[in-house]
Formats: sequence, structure tokens, C-alpha cells
Amino acid sequence: MLASILIALVPLLALGPASLVAPRAPAARIAVYGGTAILAGAIGLIAAAHLVTGSAPEAAGLPLGLPWLTARFRLDALSAFFLMIANGGAAAASIYGIGYGKHEAEPERVIPAFPLFLAAIDLTLLADDAFSFLLSWETMSVTSWALVLATHREPDTLRAAQLYLVMASGGTLLLLMAFGVLAQLAGAYDFESIRSATPAPAAAVLALVLAFLGTGSKAGLVPLHAWLPLAHPAAPSHVSALMSGVMTKVALYAMVRITFDLVGSVPWWWGGVMMAVGGITAVVGVLFAIVEQDLKRLLAYSTVENIGIVVTALGLAAAFRDNGMPEIAGLAFAAALLHALNHAVFKSLLFLGAGAIATATGARDLGRLGGLIGRMPQTAFAMLVGAGAIAALPPLNGFVSEWLLFQAVLKGPLLPQWELKIAAAVIAALLALAAALAATCFVRAFGIAFLGRPRSPEAAAASEVEPSMRWTLLVLAGLCLALGILPMLGLMPMTRLGEAVIGAAAVPPEARSWIWLTPPAAGGNSYGGIVVLIVITVFAVMTRIGIHSLASHRLRRAKPWACGFDAPVHAAQYSASSFAQPVRRVFAGLVRAEERVDMPEPGDLRPAHFAASWRDASWDFFYNPIGAAVGWLSLTLNQLQFLTIRKYLSLMFAALVGLLFLVAVTQ
Amino acid sequence: MTALALQLLQMVLVLAAAPLLTGVVRKVKARLVGRRGPSPLQPYRDLLRLLRKEAVVAENASWLFRVAPYLVFAALWLAASLVPTFTTGLLLQPTADLIALVALLASARFMTALAGLDIGTSFGGIGSSRDMMIASLAEPAMLLVIFTVSIVAGSTALASVADYMREAEVGLRVSLAMALVALIMVALAENARIPVDNPATHLELTMVHEAMVLEYSGRHLALIEAAAMLKLLFYISLIACIFAPWGLAAPGEGAAVAAFALTAWSAKLLLGAIALAVLETSIAKMRVFRVSEFLGGALLLGLLAVIFLYVSRGI
Repeated sequence: MLASILIALVPLLALGPASLVAPRAPAARIAVYGGTAILAGAIGLIAAAHLVTGSAPEAAGLPLGLPWLTARFRLDALSAFFLMIANGGAAAASIYGIGYGKHEAEPERVIPAFPLFLAAIDLTLLADDAFSFLLSWETMSVTSWALVLATHREPDTLRAAQLYLVMASGGTLLLLMAFGVLAQLAGAYDFESIRSATPAPAAAVLALVLAFLGTGSKAGLVPLHAWLPLAHPAAPSHVSALMSGVMTKVALYAMVRITFDLVGSVPWWWGGVMMAVGGITAVVGVLFAIVEQDLKRLLAYSTVENIGIVVTALGLAAAFRDNGMPEIAGLAFAAALLHALNHAVFKSLLFLGAGAIATATGARDLGRLGGLIGRMPQTAFAMLVGAGAIAALPPLNGFVSEWLLFQAVLKGPLLPQWELKIAAAVIAALLALAAALAATCFVRAFGIAFLGRPRSPEAAAASEVEPSMRWTLLVLAGLCLALGILPMLGLMPMTRLGEAVIGAAAVPPEARSWIWLTPPAAGGNSYGGIVVLIVITVFAVMTRIGIHSLASHRLRRAKPWACGFDAPVHAAQYSASSFAQPVRRVFAGLVRAEERVDMPEPGDLRPAHFAASWRDASWDFFYNPIGAAVGWLSLTLNQLQFLTIRKYLSLMFAALVGLLFLVAVTQ
Repeated sequence: MTALALQLLQMVLVLAAAPLLTGVVRKVKARLVGRRGPSPLQPYRDLLRLLRKEAVVAENASWLFRVAPYLVFAALWLAASLVPTFTTGLLLQPTADLIALVALLASARFMTALAGLDIGTSFGGIGSSRDMMIASLAEPAMLLVIFTVSIVAGSTALASVADYMREAEVGLRVSLAMALVALIMVALAENARIPVDNPATHLELTMVHEAMVLEYSGRHLALIEAAAMLKLLFYISLIACIFAPWGLAAPGEGAAVAAFALTAWSAKLLLGAIALAVLETSIAKMRVFRVSEFLGGALLLGLLAVIFLYVSRGI
């Protein structure tokens, strides 16, 4: 199976350069997106088949790269699961791209890099040695950076792209160092040797911290997240979907691969660190999503939230695994992976939907949308499903992973260390808060964009988008429902994955049921998505029949009531900013919110002004100090460029002596 | 078969009892402030009147506005039908997972809040926005209460929790008391009662829930009102089921026990209604932005309950 995936990657790698022949031709667009969709679909299906059939891991070495090294690739359950997520999301984005690409101003900036981006993602997931991993990882960063720059004419893009490049390079550097530490101890750079070596505790911690920071910066963990809400939305929407839905999952894959597979023995408190960072990320991410005005940036902040949830679950899995409770660890691990899968589905749906809105209205600002449910009914329906799923409402898929995660958190008291026990309780509070705030966030996002009255002439004149875009949205919405009512669809493929990585699957084959989700580790608790759907449908139908037989059938359309005072102007309705006001005030300290009211004195005829602002504090205590330090350092070191030849020679001599001294000391 | 019959009985019972419960609360409140007050049966008349009237829907309302009342009502009716009110032997008991119940209520709230935004009036928006803010704080507090209770009882399934609380030697626990207080605070907020919201107000700027459903009329309003009544019944039954499960009939315990259980449930509902009325008449409604302190208190109380539980079990 690995061979067929690698063979499928060859045309994928070739598609991009081939499109350079005539990148502006519609045929190139259809060929590239259509070809990517077919290849991604094929790779995704092969990966799913690998998982479902429970095949043994396959490895292959290709004579690529440096002459004395072979590039190693390996397909195991973990790679296959993430390949399934990545290629599923990519196939959806590609099909959508066929229609969406028509509206692109400069398609030649998107089409060549798009298949390369996906190929780099797939190679990262398959890589089995540090060299190929880092090379693919960096290719993934650079191609996505190029895709972000496709909208380089928009004012914010350049800054976003620059910040992204810096953060991506920094992340790769940290990963390089992490692999350096691990490979130093193993004596080789291939994952097999690293896996079999047992690092000293201090070195393991160093590698863990470096890898956590490196992968966390890509995934968007607070406070390394600030680039994400700038860069993800700046790209064209199908690329945003790929970056948010898929690329963050690759970062999570790397985190899982290094933490659970390569390093192996993790100190007990490491799970607690992951839980804490994840919990804070979840709440901070969703709070900024609530106050954000730009629809795509809102979705990017919500990605930060969801990554936080997954990392919390991973931390919980690590804590339980290292305390010798593999069943519960398997439950938390399944929650993490299922949430990663679910997030890939609904975040792709929401980003693609935001792209449909942008295509129809030309606007991403919530303040210019409104009333789209009447003009874009199918997009609106799909987005409603996506909003419900991300808000963790049953019977949709977001709730299943949430439920699993809470079941795992509820086992927190079994942890032997009291620090972890308390952490589990606090994590429960943070996760519950994040989930409830996510519901608020998506009531706002959907309600302001699709409901109410149009807030701009463009929104009033919007019309439904092309079939290829609409159908992608509807299929993804269907997937949200399917994964919600039949959670086994998502959990069955990860049975062997849980056994391989953690030592136990959440739902072992003997406990498998398509109706009830009854993980043995959850101690008899069960959730039946399909039962909930059927029961709620029966209740709704009964209500409908009852009302129809009892109540008056008359219906009159009239002007809105609004306590008798309805100003028929769109500006009188609630806006995105006013909807966020209560949360902005309650959490003013966290989002650094300020409200300034400028009220003229009586008799003064100038208009009154109200301005609400908020600020991501990570800029103040993280980015700006680092930026200032780097600036100072460059200025200071700049003097080195203007020395005389004598001074350069003496510097070299000093360096030589220093190094010799170092060698003498260490040998 | 019995399970199905009991389930159907419970579905009918909660539907029949919910308006009466609201009527009793209103009656007791009226008596407490020295008014005679309408008959406790008045809510039935109100609902019937609304059902008979034509529904007036704003011109720009979408399908969501008309579908929402049905879904909201169905969700609340289902939630109320899942709580073991007089017996734990209900057909749908396996679905009565506490976390799923909270999420079911969240779905209903999600739909109501969207419906509030659908017409595009400022009242709908103010109601939705504030209701979601209140819910964002109430829901985590509720989940922490569930966390406490399920650590004690070892399950998140409501029937198992009730069985455990009834049969095992739970005793008086500080953390359970804290959880109870937190749950009552959450219930007050979720049901839009004083001190968080005022169900009787129609003064524009103080309304939260009422503002959100301002545009509804006729049968739609009847459904929304009935759903609110069911929600009150749900919360009182839930508190009774977790913290005072005495008298609950186990499956197959015979008609006499079931009859006693029904009486016990009615007594608990009555007690809950009187307590609510006394509470509502004795305190004032707080400003909207004080609600966050109130619910933040509930949240911290829930967290403290968990931590006390650890302490009492000797970390």
C-alpha cells in the first residue's frame, strides 16, 4: 500500500510544475484541482483501507537526497490515520477549488503550489527519518507561505506572510534541534533507531520541550498562535481550509509521533504541561474568536481553540499512559484523534463556506453580511450544520469527541499525583467553558452572517454559488452528521492505532456497536448518536402533528414587531460587535478589551462616537519583546561588518583557540 | 413493554404538569406579595389561547424562525422525559447521559438564540447576545456539578446516579452541598428567573429571554412558552433526582410503589415551586453585567466541590 501511495505522489508532485505551461488557462485549473482531488481521494482511500484491514506497517527506502543516505518512508496506523484526514480534507478543498478558482484574480499564484503543498503534507506524514521529515515539513511551510502570498495585493497579507515565514522557520529550527537531541542519543537519524533507543530523562525532556514548541507553533498553541489568525485567513479560502483543517493536523501528528512514539518514556508531569497549555489555548482561542469581526479570522481563532482541545486530550492520554492506565489513556487518545478528524471536517466546511460568502458578496467582515439565508439557502444550511457541529451539539460529530473527552477527564481522580488530579478538574472547567463559548461564537458567526437584514448592498444582492462549491459544502455537512450519529465510522479505523501507540483502543472490537458508543474505560456510560437523532426526530414530528391538529393554521406576514418601534434600517439591528459586547466585557481582562465613548456635550452638534477595541496580549509579552531583542542584537552585531582586516583575523584566531579549548575540555 | 408504557406515561405527565408548575409558582409569588393572583390553571388557558390565535410572522423571517419553536419544544420535552421523575425504569433511560442532557439543552438554546437574530431587530439581538453570555457561564458550572456528582456516583448516566444516591451510604458531603448550591444557581440562570432575569418583565432593557422571543406569536409562542415551562420542570426534577431521589421506583416494583413515587415527585415539585417563589420574592434582580459574578461564583463553587471531594478522600 505504501508503494501505491508513493506512486500516487509522483503525479501529484508533477501537477504543479506542469501547470506552469499555461497557469491562467481554465483547463489548467480544472486539471490541477480535478487531478489533485482524484489523487488525494485515492491516497485517502488507500490509507483508510490500511487502517480498516489492520495491515502491518510497511517501510520503504528511496535513494533520494544525499548520496550516502536513503530517504525512508513508512506507513503505519498513525500515518495512515492522518493521511486519511489530510487527503479527505484536500479532496474536498480541491473539488471546491474547481468552482472557487474561477473567481481568483491571479490563479497562477495558487495553482502551481496547491498540489505541491498537499504532496509535502503527505510526505511529512510518511517520513521515517529526521531528514525526510524536516525536508517535507519545510516544503509544506514554504508552499503554504507561497499560497498565502497569492493574495499579496491585500494590505495585511505581506505582514501575515512575513510573520508566518518567521514562525515556520523558527518551528522547523526547534524541531531540527529536537531531532538532533534524539538522534545524538540514538546514533542515527532514522525513526527506527530513535524509537529503540532509550534517552536519558534530561535529554528526553529537552527533546520533548523542543518538539512541543516546534510542533505547537505550527498547530497554534498559545502564545505561539499569533501568526495563525493572520496567515490562515489571508490565503484563498480553499487553501485556508487546507491550512486550518489539515496542516494543523500534520503538526498534531508530529507531536503525537515524537511524544508517544519516538521519545517513548515521558515523565509523569509532561501530560500535565500539555493539558495546561491545551486548556489555556482552548479558552483564549475561543475568546478571540468571539470578539473577532472578520469571518475567516474568527474561524482561524476557533482553530486555535480546537487545537487546544486536542492537545489537552493528548496530555490526558500521556498522563494516564505513564501512570499505567492504558484503557483510559486509549479513551483520551481516541477523543483527541476523533476531535482532530471532526475538526478537519467541520473547519474545512466552515472555511469553504466563508469562501462561498466571500465569492457571493466580496466581504469577509461580519459587519457587511446578514440575511444570506434567503439568498444562499444551501450554503446557509451547510454552514448551520457546521456551526452546530463545532459548537458540540448532538447529534453532530463535534459532540461525540467532546463526550469522549469528558468521559476521560472524569477519570481524572484515578490519577495518582494530586497535581494531575487538580489539573484534571481545572481542565474540565476550562474545556466546558471553551465549549460553551464556542456555542456563543458560532451563534454570532452564523446569526450575523446569515440571519437578520443585509448589512450592505453586496449582501442584499448576493446569490448562490457554483454547484461544485455548494456540493462540497453539503457533502461535508453530511459527513458531520454521519460521524455524529455513527461514531464508529471515525473510531473503528483507530482501533489498531490506539493499540499500537497507547497500548489500548478506546473501543476494542468486542465492545463495538454501531448504535451505542460504550467505551469500556468509561465505566458503563454510553452515548447513542443515532438514537438521539431518531428520538428527537420522533419528538419533533409528534410536536408538529400535535400542533397541526390542535392549533390554528393561520399565518400572517407582517412588519417586525420589535415592541412597536422597528426602524427599518439595517444599522438598527444587532451587529457583530454588539453581540460580542457581553462576553467582551466579562472577559475584558483576557482579551484586553476597551470601550471608548465620545459623547458630545448638550448643544454640541458633532456626532457621538463609540469604539470598541481588543488586543491579543501575546504581542505585548511575547512577540514584541522578542522582536525588540532581535532588532537590538542585529544592530549590535551589525558593527562586525565594519571591522578592519586585522580585527577579523584576530577574531578568527580567538575562535580557533576557543574551539580548541572546548575540545580539550570535553575530550 | 413496561418500560415503554412508563416512558409514554412520563412524556404525558411532564407535558401535563409543566404549565401547572409554572402556575403554582406564579400563584405562590402573588400570595407572597399580597395579591390574590390568577388560578394555577391560568398557564393552560394562556397556552390554549395562543394556540387558537393566528401566528404573525415578520416578512423577512426565514424558515429557521418557523422551525425553531418545534425543535426547541421537542428538545425540552425530550429532556424532561428523560429525567427519572418517579421511576428509573424508563425506555429511553440509556440516552439520559448527563453530559448529553446538557448538550441537548445547549442545542435548544442555540436554536432559540439564532431565531432571536433572524428578524434583525435590536431586541432579538440583545436577548440572544445576553442569553448566550449567561449560558456560556452557566453551562461550565453545570458540567462541574455533573463532574462532582459523577465522581461520587461513578457514572454520568442519570439513572445510575439516582440509584447510587438512593441506595449507597452517601451521607452529608460538603462537596455535594456545594454542587447543589451551584446547580440551583445555574437553574435560576437557565430558567431566566430572578436574580438573573425576570420572567414577568416586559421592560425592554431588562429582558433577556423575553427579548429573544419577542417576535413570536400564536402557536409558535405557545411552543416557546411551553418549552420554558418544561425547562423549569426539568430542572426541579433533575435537582430532585440527583439530590433527593427518595421514593423513586426501581423497575418492576409494582403499582403501589409507583403510585407512591408519583406522589413523592408531585410533593418535590410543589416544594421546588414554593422555594423558587420565596427566593424570587425575597431578592432583587441584578444588573446584567453582575450576572457574570453570580455565575462565576457558581463555576468556582463547582470547582471547589471537586477539589473538596479530593481533599475529603485524602488526595
